[in-house]
Amino acid sequence: MASEKSSSDLILLDFWVSPFGQRVRIALAEKSLPYEYVEEDLLAGKSDRLLQSNPVHKKIPVLLHGGKPVNESLIIVQYLDEAFPDTPSLLPSDPYARAQARFWADYVDKKEFFGGEHGFGFVDAAFAPFTAWFQSYEKYGEFKVAEVAPKIAAWTERVGKRESVAKSLYSPDKVYDFIAVLKKKYGIE
Amino acid sequence: MDHQQEEKVQLFGMWASPYVYKVKWALSIKGMEYEYVEEDLGNKSGQLLEHNPVHKKVPVLVYNGRPVAESDVIVQFIDDVWKGQGGRILPEDPHERAMARFWARFVPDKLSPPIWKWFTTAGGEEQEAAREAAVEHLRVLEAELNLGRNEFFGGDSVGLVDLSLGALAYVIPMYEEIIGARLITEEMFPSLYAWMGRFLAAPPVKDHLPPMEELKLRFRAIREYFLKNA
Repeated sequence: MASEKSSSDLILLDFWVSPFGQRVRIALAEKSLPYEYVEEDLLAGKSDRLLQSNPVHKKIPVLLHGGKPVNESLIIVQYLDEAFPDTPSLLPSDPYARAQARFWADYVDKKEFFGGEHGFGFVDAAFAPFTAWFQSYEKYGEFKVAEVAPKIAAWTERVGKRESVAKSLYSPDKVYDFIAVLKKKYGIE
Repeated sequence: MDHQQEEKVQLFGMWASPYVYKVKWALSIKGMEYEYVEEDLGNKSGQLLEHNPVHKKVPVLVYNGRPVAESDVIVQFIDDVWKGQGGRILPEDPHERAMARFWARFVPDKLSPPIWKWFTTAGGEEQEAAREAAVEHLRVLEAELNLGRNEFFGGDSVGLVDLSLGALAYVIPMYEEIIGARLITEEMFPSLYAWMGRFLAAPPVKDHLPPMEELKLRFRAIREYFLKNA
């Protein structure tokens, strides 16, 4: 008899400030899926479980579902859509719309920015985590997002109010402090 | 339901691009007819720039006038839009789909860069280091992708992972001939080596390969260019 995998079998190996991990947290929250969050302290070294679950890239986030690993944040988000079809979909159902969503999520991954306007979805989940870093970019880069990209600034405000995002993102101040720690550790001034 | 009558499919491509062939093979798996438009990348057409303003690259698939860009996105679109038709490109099971998508990224992210570096660097330490990096990644592929009794990574027919690796089946032997050194031998990589031959002979692939002599000339010129401008 086949055993059914339930969402209580979900474990997320993550690192608190990682925007890639946050994509997955946002997706899980959007779908109201309970999971066990496991913090990997990457500055202290990688756990055996992480190394076994993602032997090729050795990176977080890793989703374990019934013990089976899924790697790469956007792949995990698509997996959640497909493994839990009774939860709200992040990807649209129309093939052409799906292709557009995949194209723009890929664009975000290639480190270009995009503000979505068609209802919270795949691209918004892909991009939302990066907004926590804006304040740091502004302070280090001496520019204002609102001046150079007003639509993105407006989208950031809207998306920040959404519960799944607000719960998953850390305050911009915390991110700024973290960058200072990293700079000190790696001797960058 | 026969919806082929209402569909218009165009593929904008370039004869030497492996990404274009990936899309051709995917269309072949689905048995889809399409209009092919060859682009001169040194002089891109207005149509191409209109259909892919973001990256301005080939391949672009235009389905009933609507463009889809990025070969991996296009291949998944093809699998979605012609779901009940032809072969499966992605497996059914969600975890297997995630694994297929993961391995499909391995080639562009990890494997292609050192192979390209090996090909475009003159003989010496630097080239040897690139070759070793490529071999290391090939070993990962050989070990992790357990073909077992399967003909292809997709099972008994060509699937997403086969498509993403596919061009290497003809590119690597060509590079080896031009450089005069081997990267994949039957001894070192028995599964990959056998897979390469099967892939090139597979029904969706065998009649859709680039002109090999022209491609070889092109690659020779590319290597010469890089060596001269190092």
